[in-house]
Amino acid sequence: MNLLTAPLGVTPLLIVGAVLFVCGAVCMATKRNALGVLMGIELVLNGANVNFVAFSNPTLRADSQFSLGLDGQLIALFVIVLAAAEAAVALAIVLNLYNNHATVDLDRADELKG
Amino acid sequence: MDHLASTLPTLLGLAWLVPLVSFTLIVLFGSRMGKAGVLAGYVATGAILTSFLLSLTSLGLWLSEVGPLPEGAPAAVAHDEEDAHAAEGHDTHAADEHAANAHAADEHGHDAHAAHAPVPPKYIAGVWYPLGIFDSLRIDIGYHIDALTVCMFAMVTLIASCIHFYAMGYMHDELHDITDHEVTLSNGHHLHRKGRFYRFFQYLSLFCFSMLGLVIAGNIAMVFVFWELVGICSYFLIGFYIERKSASNAANKAFIVNRVGDFGMIIGLMAIWGSLGTFNFGDIDGQQGIFSLVRPGPEYALTTPDGMVKSAAVEQIAAGEAPTPEKINEWRNNKFGYGLLIVAGLGIFCGCVGKSAQFPLHVWLPDAMEGPTPVSALVHSATMVAAGVYLVGRFYPVFTPEVLLVIAYTGAITLFLAATIAITATDIKRVLAYSTVSQLGYMMLALGGGGWFAGMYHLFTHAFFKSLLFMCAGSVIHAVHTNEMPQMGGLRKKMPWTAYTMLVGVLAIAGAGIPFVIGFSGFYSKDAILAQHLSFASTNSTHAILYYAAAGGAALTSFYMFRLWFMTFAGKPRDHHAYDHAHESPKIMYVPLVILSVFAVGVAWDLPFTDLSLQNLLEQARPAGEVGAGVLWDSLAYPAEHLSHAHEIHVEATLVATSAAIVGFLLALAFYGMHWLDAEDARRQFSPIYRFLVNKWYFDELYDFIFVRPVMFVSKLISDFDRKWIDAFIDSTAHWTKAIARFDDAFDRTVVDGLVNVLAAWTYSVAQSLRGIQTGRLRQYVMFIVVGTVGLFVLVSMFWSFAVAGG
Repeated sequence: MNLLTAPLGVTPLLIVGAVLFVCGAVCMATKRNALGVLMGIELVLNGANVNFVAFSNPTLRADSQFSLGLDGQLIALFVIVLAAAEAAVALAIVLNLYNNHATVDLDRADELKG
Repeated sequence: MDHLASTLPTLLGLAWLVPLVSFTLIVLFGSRMGKAGVLAGYVATGAILTSFLLSLTSLGLWLSEVGPLPEGAPAAVAHDEEDAHAAEGHDTHAADEHAANAHAADEHGHDAHAAHAPVPPKYIAGVWYPLGIFDSLRIDIGYHIDALTVCMFAMVTLIASCIHFYAMGYMHDELHDITDHEVTLSNGHHLHRKGRFYRFFQYLSLFCFSMLGLVIAGNIAMVFVFWELVGICSYFLIGFYIERKSASNAANKAFIVNRVGDFGMIIGLMAIWGSLGTFNFGDIDGQQGIFSLVRPGPEYALTTPDGMVKSAAVEQIAAGEAPTPEKINEWRNNKFGYGLLIVAGLGIFCGCVGKSAQFPLHVWLPDAMEGPTPVSALVHSATMVAAGVYLVGRFYPVFTPEVLLVIAYTGAITLFLAATIAITATDIKRVLAYSTVSQLGYMMLALGGGGWFAGMYHLFTHAFFKSLLFMCAGSVIHAVHTNEMPQMGGLRKKMPWTAYTMLVGVLAIAGAGIPFVIGFSGFYSKDAILAQHLSFASTNSTHAILYYAAAGGAALTSFYMFRLWFMTFAGKPRDHHAYDHAHESPKIMYVPLVILSVFAVGVAWDLPFTDLSLQNLLEQARPAGEVGAGVLWDSLAYPAEHLSHAHEIHVEATLVATSAAIVGFLLALAFYGMHWLDAEDARRQFSPIYRFLVNKWYFDELYDFIFVRPVMFVSKLISDFDRKWIDAFIDSTAHWTKAIARFDDAFDRTVVDGLVNVLAAWTYSVAQSLRGIQTGRLRQYVMFIVVGTVGLFVLVSMFWSFAVAGG
């Protein structure tokens, strides 16, 4: 089977999405740098996006003859817009964090602890 | 009359209301009217002066419209009198003219008068404002204006004006702070208080308003309202020095004793309203008033009104007998309802007994001397005590002969009793107070003996000389700062104005005069009373004692009045400190004295060359119809009043009155003027009688024994019961309530609060233990989320069937 021509199943896409997601999650959990965490978030979101796109493949849908299969893609677009907005807000927060603490180390921003 | 009917209610209504305006102004702004309210004196005096001018205008209008002659005397009689004067040549001396006039009137006028049918007095009755209408019963603010009303207005406002002026001088102490030496506080100091000048005038204004309202009142309901207002004003004024125990006691006494009389009055009012359905005196808009119900024309004989007959015949009516006019007449002839008429009369008279200080309710008046002297002058002459006599006069047509006899005896007892007490009193104001009681007894005696005119006449003359006497006494007290006559003496050199105006008053009240020629005002009125009772005694020989009481009273009056004058003004000063301190009063005080003394001399005289006299004016208001004979008591027959003017009766009465006055004067002269006899000696000689009199017949003690002690005893029993049983019961209830509340409180604090607190503590500790989870470390949270999600996923995978996942 020619990997390049054979119709691509969902599985490889899900694998890619899962890898992306796990990478993002690990990045979020391990990075102390706030910007790194933001990148991790982007990875997680993109991992999810890949899944959406994958599941919107017409071949996977029961009503494939009648559907353009755009639902997943649209949601992915939303997610991208959301991510952009979220990144802007988060960057503003990070800037403020830097103003107040002269650092972007998240472990040092624990004033809200119980 | 039409003209009068439109103007008089307005004029007199205004005269009545002006003092109310002054009262309101002083109530609202009194304390801001200058220092201690000095302007209030001007406001009140101005108000009463305005009233006086309005009253005088009304009097003038009345005279110009109705004329000075009484209704019954036609012009012809007047001409006869004029002719008689002309024949006697009256142009030479004014004094001769007066005597001739009086004489002529007595000899000619009244015989002619007798020949005429009775004429009801002219009056103007109407309603200003209807207060309430209950079916056929209604109560209004109305007016009843006749010659008596107009005269009373002029008299009351004139005397009140003089008293207001006088009071502005007399009360000057109240203009600055006062240390009252008669009040000792608990810390041993004397009371120091602010002056209350304005408050005095505030009360005076209200007093005048009430009295004028009483005089103009068109129905007994209104009379009652103002009756009570006069009472409350006297309460305020007698208790003016409220901090003094004696003053507040006297005020209470006056008020309570009057309440006793008013109780009877309310019974009388109920009898009238319940059976007649009206309170109005005169006829208003065709509705018959009390007078025309009781004395229907044309003879105006006393008739039991239909309403009272029906009230008495309830049983017959309930048994089915229809009250047709014939039936009512039959019942009436069987004396049905006559008792109710007597009850009404006696009830109304009860009120008068209280107000006019008649036996047995006379005890308040001497104590009322605790008020400032101008008040005594006002209360004792023109207002409070005059109210009772005025009401008897106003209500005269309703009194049955039996009631009148009660009135006469009450008056006689009062007159004698008070006169005897006055003989021994040493307080100058108390002598005058008992003299007032005695003179009021005279008025009641006259009214009760059928002498309507004599009684009202004496009311007027007495008002002038008694206010004069009181104000003179006030002037003396003002000068020597004591009320005790034994500390005075010889004051006439120091204060001539007071001494000689007072002498005028004394002569007037003693009835001094030259028989058949001329006399002071009291001479004429006392004469009329004696003549009336001589005439009454000739018809009812059993009641001749009334005449002797009147004659004896005249001698006593003369004696104690001259005693007062001699002790105060004649002889040598007994207390040199007081004498040296004495001085004549300021002008504002003695000018009113002079004015009043002029009236005390001449108020009973005819105005020269006219028919104008108080006598003629009062005759215009004479109620229609004679008293007549008793119904329950046939032997009681009242002679017509004009019969007392018959020549032989008149001459005898005049001679008796004059000799009585002279006897009294000589006695006083012997004891106190010339000291031919020693008063001290006489006192020892008659010491039991003296002690009896000096203790005022032990009336206060008697009342104390009969009423006060039993009431105190019963109150003590009740108070003990209250304290021992009711209080104990209440206390135990309170005790139990407290115990229950305490238990409740403990339960609340321990159980309820405990539960809530435990819950709260528990929540708190849980929260405390949970707070450690909140580390604030983002990365850790992310780990939790991831681990949690994975955990959830594993759990879901393990427990859910794979159907969900498409398996």
